[in-house]
Amino acid sequence: MGSVFDIIGPVMIGPSSSHTAGAVNLGRIARQAFGRVPEKIRIVLYGSFGATYKGHGTDRAIVAGVLGYYPHSPEVKQALEIARELGIVVTIAVEKDNLYHPNTARIELSSGGMSTEIVGVSLGGGAVSIKEVFGFSIDISGKYNTILCSYPEQVGMVARVTQILAAEGINIAFMEVSRSGRKSNALMVVEVDDEIPEDVLNKVSEVSGMLGVRYIRKLS
Amino acid sequence: MALDAIQNFQQLVETALENHCTISEVVLEYEMESTEKSRVELLEQMLGNWRVMKNSVLEGMAKQEATMGGLVKGSASIVEAAIAAKRISEDRLSKTVLRALAVAELNASMGLIVAAPTAGSCGILPAVLVTAQEEKNYPDDKIVMSLFTAAGIGLVLAKNASIAGAEGGCQAECGSAASMAAGALTELAGGTVNQVAEAVALSLKNVLGLTCDPVGGLVEVPCIKRNSFLAVNAIVASDLALAGIRSVIPVDEVIGAMKETGELMPLALKETAQGGLAATPTGKVIGKKLQEETFEK
Repeated sequence: MGSVFDIIGPVMIGPSSSHTAGAVNLGRIARQAFGRVPEKIRIVLYGSFGATYKGHGTDRAIVAGVLGYYPHSPEVKQALEIARELGIVVTIAVEKDNLYHPNTARIELSSGGMSTEIVGVSLGGGAVSIKEVFGFSIDISGKYNTILCSYPEQVGMVARVTQILAAEGINIAFMEVSRSGRKSNALMVVEVDDEIPEDVLNKVSEVSGMLGVRYIRKLS
Repeated sequence: MALDAIQNFQQLVETALENHCTISEVVLEYEMESTEKSRVELLEQMLGNWRVMKNSVLEGMAKQEATMGGLVKGSASIVEAAIAAKRISEDRLSKTVLRALAVAELNASMGLIVAAPTAGSCGILPAVLVTAQEEKNYPDDKIVMSLFTAAGIGLVLAKNASIAGAEGGCQAECGSAASMAAGALTELAGGTVNQVAEAVALSLKNVLGLTCDPVGGLVEVPCIKRNSFLAVNAIVASDLALAGIRSVIPVDEVIGAMKETGELMPLALKETAQGGLAATPTGKVIGKKLQEETFEK
């Protein structure tokens, strides 16, 4: 059963909770998975997202999210212009076919040789699901604070990370480990209820063998 | 008295009657129970949403530019001018109509709105409630309570039918919004708990089968004008209920019929832009033009 604010809400920039508000949320998650402001944003819009993005401002919404704005930020409408002023290069491509869902976007952020790619779908009412991060198949709802840990596959990583969280009294809501075939790398996704302090994230980053840690705050 | 979950409308009515309170009070207590937030916190949050709604009416009226898809421009100003010139009556009806147009058009122009229950149907509650406040001088806190009634109606619809056009057609979006506004308005006007239920039933009975066939897949045609028509549905339903008219079919059975009607509706009429108005000769020409503009770049 939902909340009254799922019915009288969200407060959002129109015109569509799936094609606009949800798209901002996808951009927000992409930005946090990348960890900083990118120099380039490449967006591929599939299915209904691709067919109607101009009239729904889906491109503007995703870019706004990448810039750190919220679904209710008035800047959403001007996001393409704001990105241009910041010198960020935005490219949009369209695919007629669906991928995962009629409302799917692939968002690639890059700067200085580093790049991150996510694939996410917008489920309606502003809710989203992330299907791929860094080439790994996953499922992140954005309803929890989420830690992404990537590392070359090895024994004991899950234990090391969960020990740190347990010692801090942080309860894990969901957890998933995926492997990518090509480089035998692994991605650990840990979803928690509480806000994770920076020093705890630093401890997780310092676990031996860890390649990278990203923290995605839950969507408000 | 707090409910763990809202099962159907009858349960909301019975809980309110047993506790000698309004439906809004039952819904507010449910929200306190399920979120563990305080009454003050929830009222503040709803007041914030109400302020955004009021502002969306003003902003929508002032807006000059066309919608994102370019299909609608200045419809609220056109009605406003007609009222000013006395070509149409200046009354509750025309004011509600122009406010609904203003908010729905603001939504299609990437303005700030409150989805109620969806973005495509966001003009109905603000239009009905702003007009009621202007006419009867209701204080904001009374309107805020009525929004909890509206939300309770929406929660029942989400559970037992649908509030998504892709699932139930437009009856689920603008139809739901109209019944939410009808219930809220009836409680505001001092209607009994049973009259609120009647208003919801009467409103919904007159949206059953309403399809979602947006031209070019955008929230513009017929969505913007439909907001104004269904805001009027809410007022008629509320007036009838307050007058003492009763729905022969009880509210939860009407909601059941709405669910069934949505399930029977073909996919072409559920937000896919493949049937109805979207598939008319003019609708297709507009859809094709929008597609070409999109795929060119």
